[in-house]
Amino acid sequence: MSRPVLEVEGLHKSFGKLEVLRGIDLALAEHEAVCLIGASGSGKSTLLRCINLLEPIDAGRIVLGGTDVTSVAGRTVNAVRRRIGIVFQAFNLFPHMSVLENVTLGPRKALGLSRGAARERATELLGRFGLADKRDEYPDRLSGGQQQRVAIVRALAMQPDLLLLDEVTSALDPELVAEVLNVMRELVEEGMTMLIATHEMSFARDVAHRVCFLDDGAILEEGPPEQILDAPREPRTQQFLRRIVEAGRL
Amino acid sequence: MINIKIFCISEVIILVTALVLAVLRSLPGPVFFPVRALAVVYTDFFRGVPTILVILMLGTGMPALGLAGVPTSQIFWAVVSLVLVYTAYVSEVYRAGIESVHPSQEAAARSLGLSRFQALRFVILPQAVRRVVPPLLNDFIGLQKDTALVSVLGVVEVLQQSQIDEAATFNGTYYLVAATLFVLITIPLARFTDWLIARDRRRRQAAGVPA
Repeated sequence: MSRPVLEVEGLHKSFGKLEVLRGIDLALAEHEAVCLIGASGSGKSTLLRCINLLEPIDAGRIVLGGTDVTSVAGRTVNAVRRRIGIVFQAFNLFPHMSVLENVTLGPRKALGLSRGAARERATELLGRFGLADKRDEYPDRLSGGQQQRVAIVRALAMQPDLLLLDEVTSALDPELVAEVLNVMRELVEEGMTMLIATHEMSFARDVAHRVCFLDDGAILEEGPPEQILDAPREPRTQQFLRRIVEAGRL
Repeated sequence: MINIKIFCISEVIILVTALVLAVLRSLPGPVFFPVRALAVVYTDFFRGVPTILVILMLGTGMPALGLAGVPTSQIFWAVVSLVLVYTAYVSEVYRAGIESVHPSQEAAARSLGLSRFQALRFVILPQAVRRVVPPLLNDFIGLQKDTALVSVLGVVEVLQQSQIDEAATFNGTYYLVAATLFVLITIPLARFTDWLIARDRRRRQAAGVPA
């Protein structure tokens, strides 16, 4: 197997006195889709933000495609972020820009693509995800599902080596969740390397290659989805999954 | 009309200097502490001193120094005074706008690999400026009115002129004329802002979506 796209070793992160991540070890091979599950506050979002260097870490190593990026600074940080796409729970589209401008901003300004080349790339991606007719709309005029699909396209337009998805369906109305999950499913099938924090257990079961259960800032249990979701070994995992089942989400 | 000239020149300069000051004050990290501190001192000072005092100090003081290379035009110093004072006010308006843009917007921009400056330039500032157009106009109406303070330097602007006319004829309506002239300039400014805001709202929101 080729060298992992992402390696995280012994990652620690605290906010003040609160230790949010207590030694995370995680590796993602190329074309691998890994789902992070766990209760709110277990550290899923913080882990993704640390990997994207949006949060400075206290200890440990982050290695991207064989390059240690733990302590890079200045311009190198921007270069690293260009290779990692992230999609947020709250979409975070730029409200003053049209869909097309949202998608072309990164390629034009961070990758230095010409306006024409960036538009071409954006139009192709928007078309693929059924958003061609929304090209000139502003985000406020789109449904939540459409906004989140635009946010995914915006990340993809950078042609990242790794895509991080931070509970991207949690802010959506239930009837809009499927359209976003379908996009994610398609990306997994295409072989995009993805780290997905999610509460959608059936999605994790169907699509993920591996599931990691995060509890209190550490990966308590990991393995193939059938094993983690159907026959978890750890009592904490069992307890978490029981609550999910009771909530009718599995 | 000399007031309009002073107003227009000052306004253009203020829009730029105030933005620079606001950005300097928003710079993060301990490295920029001295810059931030200077910006705070500047703002506190020029918001605290009455405009008329600044105009008197610079307008009479600077030419009186008689230094070579220092302009002696009172209008020049009037513009400088208004720029100094209003930069302090307007930068606070900009800063409020910058801080009103949610941090997640910067996170989204930086996560695309944009530099801090690019995020500011393409994502933060466009949203910030749009939000502060109404208070910005408020300050510019104030500026337009404060151009009358230049009369203390003996510059014959509209207020000074109406005082002269009033004194010569004992006819109080000259003040009324001056007041009318000011209102005639400020009202179109206000309508223009309303139009800008309405246009922005129309562009961003669909017919069916409540504002």
